[in-house]
Amino acid sequence: MLSMPDDCILQVTDLKKHFPIEAGFFRRKKIGAVRAVDGVSFSVETGRTLGLVGESGCGKTTTARAILRALDPTSGSVLFRTREGIVDMVKLKGPALKGARADMQMVFQDPYSSLNPRLPIMDIIAEPLKAHGYPKKEREERVKELLSLVGLRPEYARRYPHSFSGGQRQRIGVARALALRPALIVADEPVSALDVSVQAQVLNLLLDLQDRLGLSFVFIGHDLSVVRYLCDTVAVMYLGKIVELAAVDALYEEPRHPYTSTLLSAVPDADPHAPWRRDIVKGEVTGDEREIVGCSFEPRCPYAQEICRNQTPELSSGTVQDSTHLAACHFAGALDLEGVS
Amino acid sequence: MDPNQAAIHPELTEPEVLKDAEAKVFYATQWQLMWWKFRKHKAAMAALVIVVMMYLGAFFAPMIAPYRADERHRGYVYVPPQKIRFYDEQGFSLRPFVYPLRQEIDMETMQRHFIEDPTTRVPIHFFVRGSSYKLLGLFPADIHLFGAEDGKVFLFGTDDLGRDMFSRILFGGQISMSIGLVGVFLSLFLGLLFGGISGYYGGAVDNVIQRVIEVLRSFPTIPLWMALSAALPPDLSPIGVYMGITIILSLIGWTALGRQVRGKVLAIKNEDFVIAARLSGTSEPRIILSHLIPSFMSHIIASLTLAIPSMILAETSLSFLGIGLRPPVVSWGVMLQKAQNVHALMMAPWLLIPGIFVILYVLAFNFLGDGLRDAADPYGN
Amino acid sequence: MKKMAPDSILDVRDLTVKFFLDEGTVHAVNGVSFSVPAGRSVGIVGESGCGKTVSAYSITRLLPKTARISGEILFRERGGDITNITELEPDGGDMRRIRGKEISMIFQEPMSSLSPVHKISNQLSEAIIQFQGLTKRQARARVIELLQLVGIPQAERRVDDYPFQLSGGMRQRAMIAMALARNPRVLIADEPTTALDVTLQAQVLNLIRDMQDEFKLSLILITHDLGVVAHMVDYVSIMYLGMVVESGPVIEIFDNPKHPYTRGLMHSIPKLRGRRGERVEPIPGFVPSAYALQEGCPFCERCPMREERCTKGIPQRVQVGSEHYVCCHVYQPGEGEPDVVNA
Repeated sequence: MLSMPDDCILQVTDLKKHFPIEAGFFRRKKIGAVRAVDGVSFSVETGRTLGLVGESGCGKTTTARAILRALDPTSGSVLFRTREGIVDMVKLKGPALKGARADMQMVFQDPYSSLNPRLPIMDIIAEPLKAHGYPKKEREERVKELLSLVGLRPEYARRYPHSFSGGQRQRIGVARALALRPALIVADEPVSALDVSVQAQVLNLLLDLQDRLGLSFVFIGHDLSVVRYLCDTVAVMYLGKIVELAAVDALYEEPRHPYTSTLLSAVPDADPHAPWRRDIVKGEVTGDEREIVGCSFEPRCPYAQEICRNQTPELSSGTVQDSTHLAACHFAGALDLEGVS
Repeated sequence: MDPNQAAIHPELTEPEVLKDAEAKVFYATQWQLMWWKFRKHKAAMAALVIVVMMYLGAFFAPMIAPYRADERHRGYVYVPPQKIRFYDEQGFSLRPFVYPLRQEIDMETMQRHFIEDPTTRVPIHFFVRGSSYKLLGLFPADIHLFGAEDGKVFLFGTDDLGRDMFSRILFGGQISMSIGLVGVFLSLFLGLLFGGISGYYGGAVDNVIQRVIEVLRSFPTIPLWMALSAALPPDLSPIGVYMGITIILSLIGWTALGRQVRGKVLAIKNEDFVIAARLSGTSEPRIILSHLIPSFMSHIIASLTLAIPSMILAETSLSFLGIGLRPPVVSWGVMLQKAQNVHALMMAPWLLIPGIFVILYVLAFNFLGDGLRDAADPYGN
Repeated sequence: MKKMAPDSILDVRDLTVKFFLDEGTVHAVNGVSFSVPAGRSVGIVGESGCGKTVSAYSITRLLPKTARISGEILFRERGGDITNITELEPDGGDMRRIRGKEISMIFQEPMSSLSPVHKISNQLSEAIIQFQGLTKRQARARVIELLQLVGIPQAERRVDDYPFQLSGGMRQRAMIAMALARNPRVLIADEPTTALDVTLQAQVLNLIRDMQDEFKLSLILITHDLGVVAHMVDYVSIMYLGMVVESGPVIEIFDNPKHPYTRGLMHSIPKLRGRRGERVEPIPGFVPSAYALQEGCPFCERCPMREERCTKGIPQRVQVGSEHYVCCHVYQPGEGEPDVVNA
């Protein structure tokens, strides 16, 4: 029997996704692997939002897709509390997977490629309902209900996606995700493709829906301001690993991993009086197929020591006794890192 | 709407005003959008009209043609195209007419040729009774669109056996223009099947199919056709040969389509909306039917249109070389066979008229295909 | 001869750009004015389709053939003469001289200015040889110097790489080196960091600032990112649907925004610091299409302060502070509410 803490809806343990690199003409041989996700563990509390942040290539989107089994993880477990009980998403197949996915749906980044331009909105939103065998009449009523839930007119149902702006399309994507009344939504950068003035519409919609429907979210983002606005807990990823995991305010105000602090200081806040350290960050993300010995941030870290090169740091609370604020740094809690107020 | 809802989304309580043009576009399906885009392409629209007219001509050939395809007119060998007149020295006539022909022998070259006799008029009548036929293969009829009741009328002249070229071109069009279509549909079937499997499943299957396509495409086509048509049993009926030729053409012709289908499937199968469908529990066959196929069908139709000309050209080349369709079947290629010999050409250049129809047909389909290709993705931009 | 403010190097006046397309006329830019003081930086901010990029491309006359451009773009030459760029032939000798030698551009996508089939050294030295008449050897030395300047490590070796061999950040740097190769006086940066991650963005912005000091550049920064603008420029013009709705010194605009659209923008983005727990306020609706020319204020459909007059005429530019201008009916003079202006 699978078990996880009562207040959790999702528990990811040691999730890995390696993409093999093959070479050879006839007989393809595996010569290495891109460690897109390399041992990620976190949990999501029921009714709360977990943010996964990091720069491109850090593995946040792969993590999201592996949770939903949009791709098959290499190893690890994803425990998920469905209506019928706790399941391990990684091991599910066929109808059981279909059943579990009814409780876990996804909102995509690109509001253009995520809606089939050839189908009317009715068919797009009703697709999950149809797949789960709802009769036509019920589907149509539910679609109208969903449209007004996300702030669109029910009479839009017969229109095609090309009649909508980016923000409206994203609402349609949210409506589709909500069709089966899921408990958890995985949102992959849902506002980063939108204009500034409509981003807030979608952000507030997500917050409202969480309040009204008690939804839990896994929110993937690269915009640290948006993540702070929306999330309760934040996991910072770097090269396939979580380097820091903490409650949102703790993480922003008192970061314990040098990378988190670097990220925060590099964001130009929309306030000319706010401090901005544009000269603090050095180097670029160095992707590597080999297994990294030592800390993956070491080449760019201003605090790197001998131990950082030889020993891979684990997520821990470091020198501070606080099991809710974890960092994968040998000097977690011992460094004087800058956060934002 | 519940009041709670209105509080969150105040803009929803206001009535929405739509312009007519907007409303029309908002509810437009893919095909409507494509048609609107296609309509703007002037050359393609003209080509569409020509193609439709050519097919109508072939379809109603027995009625439009004044004579049967194999009807020989004794004493009328190598008649040049006759001029249709409305006016001569005797004045204007609302009813078009031709002059009757008289055969003469040129005493210097000892060649026979026809001269017109301008003293009498042969009036052309419309909807005249002539040889009987079955309209659409069902209804017996003997009404022909036009004809000369008191003589002969040969719009495009006659061939070496005294057969009316105009009638034969119409009947030949039935074969030539359908062989392209049938061949293309067979290729489409093969292309969709193998290209689809290749793109959708990938891996080793994809590898094998792609290598087979490469091998097929690397054969020089004409020797391959010749070998294949030599393999057709010699005692095959004309219709059997016709089917055989289509199959041969499409066996080689599907490869280009197969590659295109594969490319489209590869691109679309990782689109977010397909992943979304998968996550919502939609079954794979349903995804293929409701997402994949509609997404690339318009592109495929456009490339099909562009593939039809190569089919008809192939038929024409094969028949011209004498290894395709054979008489008594009438096709444009078979007709052009008569124009192989220089002597015949010098004497009767009108034997090349079927070539003009081949060119017209090929050009029309190229323009049509261009227009369709531009319209195939109405969502870009 | 045209007159321009003594300290400005570039003066855009009443610029209008229309595109004549099959689908109709796109009114991309409708009477935009701004000026760039020599050696300073100006930000043009707006959402997609507001005309910011078209305005910038007008300055280098790199617009497609379907575009009709009117108004004035005055440029102060090195000798002090003033050239009206809108009167030049887009492909003429004068324009080619100004483009690259005087006004240079960098883009969101570095590969749009780097050729994938030539080595970095060849691409840059070509520009340098054309401009300074150096020998090949001298030019190569200058290229290496430039690459070092933009922070490419091991420049002596990197100089013989092809662009695809460079990492994303290095490519951005090489593009900037390319833009600076002919010693321009004005640099137009079109969303230079939009595709970049936050740490790389900081590096590239840092480099642009350093280069501005090094080359005494006047900078025009086009972006949709209020954060980038807040820290990078001295003056800001906020654009909406082809019009500059508000402009002024950056601190003034952020501390004291007047136009309802500017205010809406400020309130609709979550901030990294401060204002915790406060909801962001979205601007209702969405950006309308640029096909139809608006009768009234372009923002009036989405404006929370909309009044009857807003749907009638296009508002005039009004000064509301030192160097601070706004285009909004609420601030029009002679309406008996001058207090609003200073509020």
